[in-house]
Order: sequence, then structure tokens, then C-alpha cells
Amino acid sequence: MAANGAPTTITQGSQTRGGIGESTLRPDGTLKVTGEFAYSSDMWHEDMLWGQILRSTVAHAEIVSLDTSEALATPGVYAVMTYDDLPTDVRTYGLEIRDTPVLAHGKVRHHGEPVAVVAADHPETARRAAAKIKVEYKELPVVTDEASATAPDAVLVHENRDDHHISHVPHPNIVHRQPIVRGDAGAAAARADVIVRGDYYFGMQDQAFLGPESGLAVPAEDGGVDLYIATQWLHSDLKQIAPVLGLPEDKVRMTLSGVGGAFGGREDLSMQIHACLLAMRTGKPVKIVYNRFESFFGHVHRHPARLSYEHGATRDGKLTHMKCRIVLDGGAYASASPAVVGNASSLAVGPYAVDDVDIEALALYSNNPPCGAMRGFGAVQACFAYEAQMDKVAKELGMDPVEFRRINAMEQGTLLPTGQPVDSPAPVAELLRRVKAMPMPPERQWESSEGADVRQLPGGLSNTTHGEGVVRGVGYAVGIKNVGFSEGFDDYSTAKVRLEAVGGVPVVTVHTAMAEVGQGGVTVHAQIARTELGVTQVTIQPADTQVGSAGSTSASRQTYVTGGAVKNACELVREKVLEIGRRRFGSHHPAWATAELLLEGGKVVTDGGEVLTDLVDVLEDEAVEVEEEWRHRPTEPFDLRTGQGNGHVQYSFAAHRAVVEVDTELGLVKVVELACAQDVGKALNPLSVVGQIQGGTTQGLGIAIMEEIVVDPKTAKVQNPSFTDYLLPTILDTPTIPVDVLELADDHAPYGLRGIGEAPTLSSTPAVLAAIRNATGLTLDRTPVRPEHLTGTA
Amino acid sequence: MRVNFTVNGRPQEADDVWEGESLLYVLRERMGLPGSKNACEQGECGSCTVRLDGVPVCSCLVAAGQAEGREVVTVEGLAEFAEDRAKDRAKNGAEERAEDRTEGCSGTVRGSGGASASLDAAQRWRAHGTDSQTGEGLELAPIQQAFIDAGAVQCGFCTPGLLVAADEMLERNPDPTDADIREALSGNLCRCTGYEKIMDAVRLAAARQSEGV
Repeated sequence: MAANGAPTTITQGSQTRGGIGESTLRPDGTLKVTGEFAYSSDMWHEDMLWGQILRSTVAHAEIVSLDTSEALATPGVYAVMTYDDLPTDVRTYGLEIRDTPVLAHGKVRHHGEPVAVVAADHPETARRAAAKIKVEYKELPVVTDEASATAPDAVLVHENRDDHHISHVPHPNIVHRQPIVRGDAGAAAARADVIVRGDYYFGMQDQAFLGPESGLAVPAEDGGVDLYIATQWLHSDLKQIAPVLGLPEDKVRMTLSGVGGAFGGREDLSMQIHACLLAMRTGKPVKIVYNRFESFFGHVHRHPARLSYEHGATRDGKLTHMKCRIVLDGGAYASASPAVVGNASSLAVGPYAVDDVDIEALALYSNNPPCGAMRGFGAVQACFAYEAQMDKVAKELGMDPVEFRRINAMEQGTLLPTGQPVDSPAPVAELLRRVKAMPMPPERQWESSEGADVRQLPGGLSNTTHGEGVVRGVGYAVGIKNVGFSEGFDDYSTAKVRLEAVGGVPVVTVHTAMAEVGQGGVTVHAQIARTELGVTQVTIQPADTQVGSAGSTSASRQTYVTGGAVKNACELVREKVLEIGRRRFGSHHPAWATAELLLEGGKVVTDGGEVLTDLVDVLEDEAVEVEEEWRHRPTEPFDLRTGQGNGHVQYSFAAHRAVVEVDTELGLVKVVELACAQDVGKALNPLSVVGQIQGGTTQGLGIAIMEEIVVDPKTAKVQNPSFTDYLLPTILDTPTIPVDVLELADDHAPYGLRGIGEAPTLSSTPAVLAAIRNATGLTLDRTPVRPEHLTGTA
Repeated sequence: MRVNFTVNGRPQEADDVWEGESLLYVLRERMGLPGSKNACEQGECGSCTVRLDGVPVCSCLVAAGQAEGREVVTVEGLAEFAEDRAKDRAKNGAEERAEDRTEGCSGTVRGSGGASASLDAAQRWRAHGTDSQTGEGLELAPIQQAFIDAGAVQCGFCTPGLLVAADEMLERNPDPTDADIREALSGNLCRCTGYEKIMDAVRLAAARQSEGV
């Protein structure tokens, strides 16, 4: 029996062409504006129960006793499960390192760690029953920073590590460490006329996707389970879930529900295993939906980071060397920390040509909240620091900051610190030139004939100023982000494409396991199918585990990799169709044998445009179907000592200009405009491309002046797990975001495209910071900047 | 307890409602109307926005019992609601014009002011090469169609609440300035779009409304 709210098959098609390069509209748009689109939290099943997770109230403690009897006796409660109830010996999960307990085993390592799960017939009953579980904690000292993690007598967050990083890290409280050394930074420093150092802090950011973690697990008659879930990578989830349940992978059938945003926060499992466990235990469908409070504990965050940089430059503005050390706080469990370290280190110098570098990046284990993937993934923290440094060096040299960047800008052929050449266009100087050339927003735009419109001023409707004490500033920044999974990962995707005639019309069906999280992959897949197969009507099937893995919807990779897989499968289908055509019609026209043949407008045509036959006449009753994996060119790991290696697939570049107005008396900032120029290689869907750039830019604005998860350094407890206390940019906080899109093809990628989703999140933050420094003259070495940092009252 | 209220013009009844349940919960879990969304359940994000006797409210902050005997409009009923409103206005407009004639006046129905976008300007944002079946066979409110056309929908989780709020603003203020739009929608968080395409959508709906009706 299908669950209510199971995903709907989406069909697109009409008269016009709708191939790549057009701003075709989302196939799920109508469902989303009418409220009919079924998100994971909308799932419903007759007779379903509600699951609730009990989480630790302390950050680091031994569990002395755990008593579930009163909870279990509560009317309406069907099951209470703890570590002891787990069905197999596999009781942990993790993306790379399986270090995260499904339910706490004798110990909790961070505030909000799952301890027990409850299933009941009403969500409030489940909540109240969970509150009746008696947990006695014996608190342990907390590890909260590098000093407490690596002190001689430091408490170990994980006592018995046996993962593949332990042999090369200097301390068991360090998850992974990556040095990168190229040239001789020490010797090069002697050539520098100026040397500039800086220490920076980057706060913990939350993905804050609006659709809460949620899903529905339905027990099946064959002993398996059907799981309807919001995630970024179905097959990665499956590999982690099945062994804990003691089921073969084919008995855990996963279907992607509507996903209310992700931004990295759904790479790790949240409630998947818990819902399945309760469903299998009770024999009833179980739905779990986090509320916002729980969501702040239920997924990993962006790593907070301490970054120390040294840059040298000659009088004529040429960088001589760079040394840096980046310490990321990974929190209690590894999640994606090793890969974040790889990104932060390999991209630590930014989009600049510097031959002599000495880099070290590492991630700590601590008792802070676990951190992992978030849009920009290690490159964001580095960009904040190296762009602050660029401004500092330029100032020291008395140069214009954009001109200084231009002089040092990377180009095609420049070597990264890893020794890998950037072998596609790298228009860093051009993006800066473009963003600087955009018209400036008018001064004092709050003034009108009716007086000051306070909505346009810092402080807004709080009516704190009519322009007194308000100073404008302008700042620039540029960044580099890798696209796709790096460091030798087998980063493939699978697509199944079927072409058949239905009612005299050729129809394509595309089936992948790609998680559509809002980015618009479903739109692009239909466009690719139309372009490759010359068919108007395309059906996108729901993503599930009945087709091969599509890899993760992360690392700006899906249009490249699953888009590439769809393109590849379409090409194979086309070859088969033409083969059939040659067999059936080859004798009718010599072009079947001699010409390059294409599928266009539902017909087989020669490259000269001559129509040979209708596609449906070739197909007759035959459906042509291909399921095929597709890979981009391989990468290799970074050397553990030198960091050398061709670790990356592709790069994405964006530049920002921020214009801010600061009320210097109250420390309030109004971002007036945040202009972006980005190279996208090829815009498959220009409307979606611009939407991604604007959305990414706004998340960068959030970390610049508003967003931070505050963790008490004494207790490692989260202080602001709500949208009341964790401030997201509203439409009033967000300025106009003009976008200039550059399309320089990357010849290695399908259609020359670049992954685009993350780059705008990098340079947005440092551009805003630079503008605030420009307005105030303050140093500002941390983000987010709060009023007290601007008024000297911090 | 039993709760009775009107949802999207139809009387609805829910039994065995626990007193602590919110209007949002009853709509979503008891009445089969999950269009209103549950992003924060603390009145900060606006994704659960519905009209309660015409007033936009966060339905997560309204106890279900408070809705007793009242009229609720959710995103599921927005198209019909907008259509009825347009019909009413057309009817009233015809009556007004009839009165105008008897009084010998020829005034315009709607005033305008502020720096709102023209239809031309708004339509610059319209997507080219539209070829999806988006909207086909389904009557949408103008604000719904504008959200699709302007690219204002990504993950879509904030969309229902924004649509209800934006539709209500355009009802009050058919010719909003950008600052008016931002103020009216400041209670609705969106994490995907950076709000630019949402601004475009509202400008587009306003422009189509002023030129088209």
C-alpha cells in the first residue's frame, strides 16, 4: 500500500523546444504553489505512529542509568527503544567514518545526542513519554577548542579510534590534518617588501533549510521497510541504514519525498534509522518530524574555524608567499570533516597565483555540536580570511584592493598549492572587472519627498535613525570553489533513460536517484533529454533506490555529474534508435549510411537538416531503454605530507561587490546592494542559475552580519536553537542582488558547464566585511559582525 | 474536543482534537491539508501563514479551538479565493461604474502612487521559452502563476506562506513599492532564493493585476 503523499511523477512537454540554455520552468512548480507537493513532513499513512527522539541535555557525560519503564507504561505509547534494543552489532553510522552511535551507548559526546526513541499514537504523547525517560548523567570535562583538545591531559572524545586517519594525525582529538607545502615560503618571505599577518574567526553557521528533518517508514510484508525521506543522497543513506537494521539493501526501499532545502545539512543521516527501527519494532508505519528546536540539534553545521594567515608582497604588488594554519572544529563526530579539511587546505590561497606556500589545515574532535557539510564546504572559511588579507596587503602597499587582486589573479594554467594546474578558464580578474563596472546604487536612497523612509536605513522599522551617523562603505571579494567530490573519490552517477512512442508521440522517461532539493535538477534533466533526443515530452520519474546511485546533491556537482549521466544515457539511446532506423529504413535513403544523424523535433534528420523519417516510425512498438553509470575524469588523493596531487575535478569562480550603510552610533548594518559576477561555463537554465547565485549570495550575507550558533565555551551547550535567536536574513535584510553571468566553457565538462551552487556563498561574506571595514575603518577579524563589534562594546 | 470551522469555503469538522493542538496541526494532520507548512512552529518563519477571517496569521500560533466558527483560507484554496474576489470586484466595479454614470462622473476605479514597476518592467522577469505544463489545466491565482513564471520557487517550502501573505498584501495595496513588498513579506523566511525572484514575482503579479483586470 502506497503511503499518502508519495511523490508524483512529473510530466513536462508542449509545443516549444525547451532544451538546454532556455529558462524552462520547474516541472514541480504548480504542485509547489498549490500546496500539493508532498514534502517528507507531509507524509501520512493510515494507522501511523509518531516517533520522538530523546536527546541528551548535557554535552559530555557517562550515562549512569536509563529507565524507560514509565514512558513505556504511558497510554498510547507503542515502543521505547534504547541502545540495548538495537537489532544487530552494527550500531553506528557515518559518511566516511562510522563513529556516530544510532543511540547513545553509555556515553554522550555532544548536547542533543540521541539517547532513546519513542513511538506513540499522537506526537504530543510521544513527546511527553520521551520526557518521562529517566537518564542519569555523570558529567565529564568538555573539549571545546584546540587548546582543550590537544593539551597533554586532554580528555579523548573517542577513546579507541581505528579509522584510517588515526595513523597520520598528531593527536587522537584531531580527525584529519592536511599540510600542503610547495616552493619555499620561508625563502620567498625574504623577497617581500611588506608582510601582513592576521588571525580570523569564522562562526558556526546553520543550514537552516526550512523543511524540517522528517520521513515515514512503512514496514513491509517481506520483512523489509519502505522509507519516504528527504535527503541529499539516497544510496549513501541506504549503505548506512541497512546494516543497522540487519536487512539486505534491497529490502530497504527508499523513495525521495519532497525536500525543503538542504545546503549540506542532509548529507548525514538524521531520523532515518530511528523511524525504520520503530516501524520494524511496532509493525506500524512511523512518521518522525523534527520541530525547529530539534532540527538545530539534528544535523551537522558549518565548521567554525580559526585561521591564521601571513602574506608577503613586493612594492609593485606581487604576492611573494603565503603561510596559513586553519583549525576547523568538527565537533563530536567526524561527519564530512576530513573532506572539509581537504578543501580548506587545497583552496587556502584562493584564486591567486602564489608559488611559495606553507599550509596546514586540520579538524578537531570536540564536544561541540558535530559539524560537516554546508554550501561552500571549507572553501567558505578560507575565503573569508584570505580576502581580508588581500585588503590588508593592498592597504599596506597603498594600492587599490581590486587592482592588487588583479595583479595576483590566477589564470588558466596557474598551479594550485597542490601542484595541480587549473586547466579550464579562470576569469578571476575579469569577474572583478565586471563586478566593479556595475553601476553603483544611488546615495541616500532613503530620502524621499515625504522624509526618510526608515525601511531603507540601518535599523529599519525600528526607526533608529533618519540618516544621522550613517556611513557608506564598498568592498570587493572573489573566491574559488572546487566542483564535485575530490581526492580520488569515485564520483559517478547513474541515469536510466527510456524512449518510446505513446499515442503516436515520442516520449522520454528519465529516472535517476538524484535528490531534487530545490536546485532545479529535475528541470535540467528534462532540458537535456529534449536537446539530446529531440523530443518535447519528458517525464521525470521520482528518485528512488530502484535505480543506481546518482551521488550526492552537494559539491555543486549534480548538473555536471547526473546531468552528464542523463546526457550520456540519452546519447546511447540515440545510437540504438539510429541503429533500428538503419535496419528498417537504411535502404530508403543513402544518408542513413553516410550522414551524421540527429534527433530533432521528433524526427531523424541529417546534420544538413534533411528529414529522413519520424521518430515514432522508427520506434514503432519498441521502447529503447538504457541505464548507465557515468564518471567525470578521475582525481587522486593529496599526499599526506606535502599535499601534492591532482585532487580536484573542476573550479567555480564568483566575485562580489558589497555596498553597505552602517549606523556607526548603534553598530547597525544595512546591506544596500550585493552585486555578483560569476562564470558558469554554460547556463543550462539561466533563470535557475541566477536564482542559485542570489540564494548563495544571501547565505553569505547571513554569516557576515547575522547568523551564528552560539555554543557556551564552558558547557558546550547550544544557546540559540530557534529562529527567534538564530537570525536568518529576511526580505528586509536582503538587498537587491544584480548578477552578471559569464559563460566560458570548460571543455572537460558536459556542454562546458560549471557547477555553480556554492561559489556565490564564498565571496559574499568577505565582500560585506570589506564594505563594513571601508565604512568604519575598523579591523573586524571575525564573522558574523555584531553591533558590539562596531561600537567597541564587545 | 470537537472543532468546527470553514476552510476554503467548506465547513469542516475535526473530532478528538487535543486542546493543545494548533490550527496548523489540525489542518495538516486531521483535515488532509498539508499545504500550510511546519518550518519553525514558533511564529518566526511564516511558512504556515493562512487567512483567519481574512487576517494573515501564523497558524502554528493559533490554537485550533480559537478557529471555532471562523473562516480559514489556506494555500490550497487560494486560487478559488482569488477568483471569487476578482468576480466580486468585477461585479462591484460594474455597480460603481453604473453609479458613476448616474452621477455623471468618469473616475478611475483604482488610484496609483509610489514607484511600482510597470507591466513592461515586471515582464522583463518573465521566463523565456516557457514549455512546461506548469499551470496547464489548473486554475491558479495570479500570485501563484507569477511565482512560477518569475522563478520564485526553489525548494518551495516557504512558498505557501509567502503566497498567502503576498496575495493579502496585493489585496490591500494593489500598487506596492519595493519597500512596501519587503515590509509586507518580512515575516516570511526563505532560505533558497535570496528573495530577489520573490520580489520579481510580486511585482509581476501587481503589474498583471493592474493592466489585466
